Amino acid sequence: MKSDSILNLNDKQLKKLEFSETQKLVTDKKVVLAGNPNVGKSLFFNHLSGMYVDVSNFPGTTISISKASYKGNTIYDTPGVYGVSSFNDEERVARDIILSADRILNVVNALHLERDLFLTLQLIEMGKPVTVLLNFSDEVKKRKIKIDVERLSELLGVDVIETSAVKKDGFDKLDYAIENARKGTQELELHFLLQQVMEKGASQAASLLILEGDNEIAELNELPCGTPDEREKIYINRRNKVNEIVDEIEHEDSRKGEFFNLLGKYSLNPLTGIPILGFVLVLVYFFIGEFVSQQVVDFTENKIGVEIFEYNVKSLMADYTATDIVVEVIDNNDNVIDSETFIFPDGMNELPQLKTQFEEFSTQPGTAIDFTFHNPIAQLLFGEFGVITMTVTYLIFLLLPLVIGFYLVMAFLEDSGYLPRLATMLDRAFNKVGLNGKAVIPIMLGFGCVTMANVTTRILGSNREKSIVTAILQFVIPCSAQLAVIAVLLSGAGIKPLLIFAVVIFSVLIALSTILNRMLPGESSPLLIDLPSMKIPNISNVLKKTYFRSIGFMKEAGVWFFVGALGIGILQITGLLVVWQDLLAPLTTDWLMLPKEAANAFVMGMVRRDFGAAGLFELSLTTMQITVAIITITLFVPCIASFVVMLKERGWKEGLSIWFGTWIVAFTIGGLVAQLIII
Amino acid sequence: MIMDSTLDKAKKGKPVTILSLPKGELKVQLIRLGITEGETVKCLERLPGGTIILQKNRQEIAVGYDLAKNIKVILQ
Ligand SMILES: Nc1nc2c(ncn2[C@@H]2O[C@H](COP(=O)(O)OP(=O)(O)OP(=O)(O)O)[C@@H](O)[C@H]2O)c(=O)[nH]1
Ligand SMILES: [Mg+2]
Repeated sequence: MKSDSILNLNDKQLKKLEFSETQKLVTDKKVVLAGNPNVGKSLFFNHLSGMYVDVSNFPGTTISISKASYKGNTIYDTPGVYGVSSFNDEERVARDIILSADRILNVVNALHLERDLFLTLQLIEMGKPVTVLLNFSDEVKKRKIKIDVERLSELLGVDVIETSAVKKDGFDKLDYAIENARKGTQELELHFLLQQVMEKGASQAASLLILEGDNEIAELNELPCGTPDEREKIYINRRNKVNEIVDEIEHEDSRKGEFFNLLGKYSLNPLTGIPILGFVLVLVYFFIGEFVSQQVVDFTENKIGVEIFEYNVKSLMADYTATDIVVEVIDNNDNVIDSETFIFPDGMNELPQLKTQFEEFSTQPGTAIDFTFHNPIAQLLFGEFGVITMTVTYLIFLLLPLVIGFYLVMAFLEDSGYLPRLATMLDRAFNKVGLNGKAVIPIMLGFGCVTMANVTTRILGSNREKSIVTAILQFVIPCSAQLAVIAVLLSGAGIKPLLIFAVVIFSVLIALSTILNRMLPGESSPLLIDLPSMKIPNISNVLKKTYFRSIGFMKEAGVWFFVGALGIGILQITGLLVVWQDLLAPLTTDWLMLPKEAANAFVMGMVRRDFGAAGLFELSLTTMQITVAIITITLFVPCIASFVVMLKERGWKEGLSIWFGTWIVAFTIGGLVAQLIII
Repeated sequence: MIMDSTLDKAKKGKPVTILSLPKGELKVQLIRLGITEGETVKCLERLPGGTIILQKNRQEIAVGYDLAKNIKVILQ
C-alpha cells in the first residue's frame, strides 16, 4: 500500500537525520512557529530573530506574520490558531504560511495539552516536518504535573522538546529542533483518504484541508471540496485521539489541585469585578494623572525643556539675530510682579552690556522669558510654534514621559491576563450594541495606540463587529499620546472636567454603537474565548514592550510633529493661518465658544490628534473651554497613520465615511456641550 | 436530579454533560477547544445575564449567552 511506503521513507529520512546531527544547520528553509494562541510563539520568535514583536497574556496578540532570517533560514511568527482552516482572517494568514512551510516548530502549552495537541495532530496529518516545543515546563514543574515526554514523542512520531520561553529553558535546543523536524506518525485510515486526493495533484497538506471542507484551498487546486459532515468526522476522530494520548501521557498527582486564581475568579463576576475595574482605573488615574502628569512632567517640561533646552537654544539664536525679549517675574500666585523688555536690533552679541543686564535679570527665580525673532526663518524654527523648539519640548519633554506612563500601564494590563476576563465580564453589556465581550480587547488596546488597535479588530468574529469597533476606535477612543495631552491640559483642574469629558465621550460611544448596530446588516458572533490564567506581569517583557513602543512613538510622532510644525509655521508667516481662523471663526467662537485661535488645533489635529491638542497649550482657556476643546478634538479625525491603516483594513468607503463622520460629530457634540457648560 | 436543558441555565459549580452543539463553525471551534458532545465539564461560574465559564481540567472557557442557549446539556 502507498501509505506504507511513505511510512518507510519516513524511517529512512529519520535515520539520515540522526546522522546529520553534528552537521551545521539546514539552510534556505522556511521555518514556521505555529501553535495555539497565547502559547509563547512570539517569545521564541523574539529570541531567534533578536527582534521584538509584542508578547501579551491574551489570545490574539500576533495578528500578522513577522519574519526574520536565522542562520541562513527564514523564521516566521504567526497568529495563534486552534486549528488550520479558513474561518477568519487570522486563520487564513496562519493557514497560508503553514501550507508553505518547510519545517514547523509547533509551540504547545503543556498545561493545556488537550487543547493544543489538536493542532499538533493536524499539522502532522498534513505531512509537514514538525518538532513539538513543549512550553510552560516551568509551570508544569510548579504544579507537579507529570508528562511522559518520551512516550508523547513516540506516539506523535516527532521530537518533543521541553521548554520554558520565559525562563529561556530549552532555547539551546532550538537548532536541534529545526534540524530534526520530521514527518510524524500518519494515521492509516485518514492517510488512505488523503492519498486519493493527493493522486489528483494536491500536496498532502492541501489534501487534508480539502477533505476538511476548506473551499478556498479546494478551488485553488480545482478539486471538489469535502462536506461539513466529513470534516466533523475527521475532527471527532482527531479529538478522540488527542484525548487518548493525553490520558496516556499525563498524570497530575492530585486532580483536585486545580490551579484557580482567586483574583481571576473575582474579576469575572460583576459584583466583585466592577469594584476591581474601578480600583484599576483609580490606580491608573493616580499614576498618570497625579504622578506622571504633574511631578514628572513638571520637571521634564519646565526644568529641562523650557529652562535649559529652550532657553539655551533661543539665547544662542538671539546672540546673532534681531530679537525682542520680554522677561516677566512671576510670584507663587501667578501674578506678574516685575517685567522688563530687552531689545536687540542686531543680536545680543552687539550689545554686550544689555546682554549682561538681561542675563542678570532673568536669573531671578520665577522668570518667564519670551523671545521674538525679527527674522522670519528664525521665528519659524525657534519662535512660538518653532519647528525645532516646539517639536523637541512638546514631544520629548512633555508627551514622551506621559506616553511612556501609558505604555507601561497598558503593557502591565496586557501581560496580566486581565483583558480576557474583562471581556467576559462585559460580554452581556456589549451584546446590547451588537458586539461580544472580545471587542474589549481592540478597544483597550486603542488607549495605547488606535493605529495598532485597528489591526486587532481582526480578532472579531464578523464583519459588522469589525465595522462597529473600527468606528468606535476612530470616533471616541483617545490614544495614549492624546490622553497625555489631556492629562496635561486638565492637570490641576480637579475631577469635574474629567467627569464631563468621560460622560460625554461614553454617551457618544453608546449612541454610535447603537446606531451602527441597527444600521449594519448581518449578525454578530457570540463570545467564545479561552481564559489564560492571571499572573504577575513579567517585568522584563513589560519594560521591553514599553521601550519598543516608545521608540516607535517617537519615530512616528517625531516626523509628523516636525512636518506639522513646519506647516503651521509657514501658514503663520504667510498669513494663511489667520484666513483659516477667520473662516472657522463662526464655528469656533460662536458655536464652540472658544477663541478663534483654537482653529489652529483643527488644522494641526488633521495631522495627529495629540498634535492638535498641543495647539491648545498656547491659548489661555478657562477650565470649561478646555473641557469643550478636548471633547471636540477627541471626537475629531483620527491621526494620519490610523487613517491609512483603517483604509487598508476596512476599505475606502468605510474609511472615508468614518473620516468625514468625525468632523460632523466632533463639531456637533463639542458645540452642544459648549452651549451647556460655558456661560 | 438530572434534566435536559441548555447551557445558559447551568448552575455555578455543577457539572454539565454536553448533549448537542449547534452546527457550523462554532461547533468546530468548540471541538478544537475540547468541548464535544458527550463530554462532561464543570460550570465554573454563571454571570448575570447568562455568560457561562466552563472548566475542563485546567482550562477555562467563556461562552456567551447567545451560544450557551444553543448548546443542549444535561444538568446534574
Ligand atoms: N510561565 C510561562 N509563561 C509563558 C511561557 N511562554 C510564554 N509564556 C507567557 O505566555 C504569554 C503569551 O506569550 P506570547 O509569546 O505572546 O504567545 P503567542 O503564542 O505569541 O500568542 P499569540 O500571538 O496571541 O498567538 C505571555 O504572557 C508569556 O509571558 C512559559 O514557558 N512559561
Ligand atoms: Mg504572538
